[in-house]
Amino acid sequence: MQRYIIKRIFQSLIVILGITVIVFIIVHLTGDPLDLLLPPEAGLEEREIFRHELGLDKPLYVQYFEFLKNISQGDFGQSFRHQTSAFSLVIGALPATIELTAAAMILSIIIALPIGILSAIRPRSFLDRLGMTFALIGQSIPVYWAGLMLILLFAVTLGWLPSGGRGGISNIILPAITLGLFSTAAIARFTRSSMLDVLDEDYIRTARIKGLSEHIVILKHALKNAAIPILTITSLQFGRMLSGAVITETIFSWPGVGRIAVQAIYNRDFPVVQTAVLVTSVIFVIINLLVDIMYMYLDPRIKYD
Amino acid sequence: MPKSNKIWVHLRNAPLGGLAIFFLFLIAAFFAEYLAPHSPTDQNITNALRAPCFFEGGTFEHLLGTDELGRDILSRMIFGARISLLVGFVAVVLSGFIGTCLGLVSGYFGGRIDSIIMRFVDIQLSMPYILIALALIGALGPSLRNIIIVIGITSWVDYSRVVRGEVLSIKNKEFVDLARIAGCSTFRIILKHILPGVANSLIVLGTLMLGRIIIFEAALSFLGLGVQPPTPSWGIMLADGRQYLTFAWWLATFPGIAIMMVVLGTNLVGDWLRDTLDPKQRAAVRGKR
Repeated sequence: MQRYIIKRIFQSLIVILGITVIVFIIVHLTGDPLDLLLPPEAGLEEREIFRHELGLDKPLYVQYFEFLKNISQGDFGQSFRHQTSAFSLVIGALPATIELTAAAMILSIIIALPIGILSAIRPRSFLDRLGMTFALIGQSIPVYWAGLMLILLFAVTLGWLPSGGRGGISNIILPAITLGLFSTAAIARFTRSSMLDVLDEDYIRTARIKGLSEHIVILKHALKNAAIPILTITSLQFGRMLSGAVITETIFSWPGVGRIAVQAIYNRDFPVVQTAVLVTSVIFVIINLLVDIMYMYLDPRIKYD
Repeated sequence: MPKSNKIWVHLRNAPLGGLAIFFLFLIAAFFAEYLAPHSPTDQNITNALRAPCFFEGGTFEHLLGTDELGRDILSRMIFGARISLLVGFVAVVLSGFIGTCLGLVSGYFGGRIDSIIMRFVDIQLSMPYILIALALIGALGPSLRNIIIVIGITSWVDYSRVVRGEVLSIKNKEFVDLARIAGCSTFRIILKHILPGVANSLIVLGTLMLGRIIIFEAALSFLGLGVQPPTPSWGIMLADGRQYLTFAWWLATFPGIAIMMVVLGTNLVGDWLRDTLDPKQRAAVRGKR
């Protein structure tokens, strides 16, 4: 078991290393950074001096290792646009993104689990059809449009909730619904199918024959066994949400990492872009690692080597 | 049960609504010139922000109203279908090709090359794909070709995972061993004996991915780094609509409905194809009902 954990940590480190390579390549695809740093009237000689000072005349792999050395020391470079380090800019926006993602995740799970379980208990009933229609539509609505329609209804027409910004509870409701919509639908559909699989098993029949009450059978025997696949899909949704947050934050002017990153892309502020991508990816890798380790405690049947 | 009966059973279960949406989408994309009542780019400022018919200020001249430059919304939506279909179809083929090749190699050869490709999959899955796509398009410049390339190289992961899984279950079957004994080259075995076995899954996945890629393209256009104005794209129409949300609700509402319906259609058709083409799934479904 310990060997498995060490192997997974090692794999995660390789993935993070791979991410740094891709981020490095993307930033170098973007053309000469000198075009952005120097005024257009800068002479050729001036450019060469500057290039040498920044180390941009060295071979690419040397530049990559320097990049790696810097970020391992927490130096992600200065923002071209703001007079701060890219790292502090991204880290400063992180709490807002975590708050939004957590709210969306909690909302999704609270709504999706009951829908999935109830649909599975009475397959093909009215409730099942209603729940699954909702889920199918939820998976087909683009995040950005759902956000606009929620603003149109609850902020513009009814005036019940603010259309953007971060502050009290009322500010987070619309963005959390928007961000959680797709995941709610996905988790509900998946919960239904996992529960259907489990409810077909012999031990459920045994539990029923023993005369256990139906809700004990469902909640204790069935849900516990369906939990692992549900947990897998939920953790996968987490990655989706970190991506979805980019759009949700932009629509609702939510001051998170996604919005900062999009603005940095518009402004060609590459240190901020690469920091935002790196930080989000590393968080996702760590979450995946934790979920995998959690499985071992949840399901002792799985053999690890 | 005779085979023809089986086909009949599947056709009876076909999602008519989904197929209808899909055909409507294809017809709009192919025959936009003949169907659209107006030009998608003709501006008429005196006629700007006109409400849809049946609403105050609306006329039957512009069934779904006009935008801030007086362009006909319905016509722009019909032409927008063309961009969505073009980007969606080409990107599905491109990402499907990349993903299938990697999945075939990964599953068939296993070992070190498999773990390298699977790490690539992990890396791709760990990165926020929207940011990567935005950054790449920001770097390469937002042309239609670049958008398709970027979507293609950020969407291959699902294919390679599905194909790899299928190859693992096929490659040790007897007929593959026989082909090997008969002296077929590795390339021929993969192409002639293994690829047909994964074709069904590819069709299902491709259909579902078409919807996801249409959403993806509109997202990029919505954020300003996709298709560029004045090309009529559903994502651009939404971005315009966002600015006029407070007093012209129709600008953002109708293109969004179009995206949702097309994606709903691909999801319905995809689910049906999976039930029909994938025997494992079919057995599972039959057991349930």
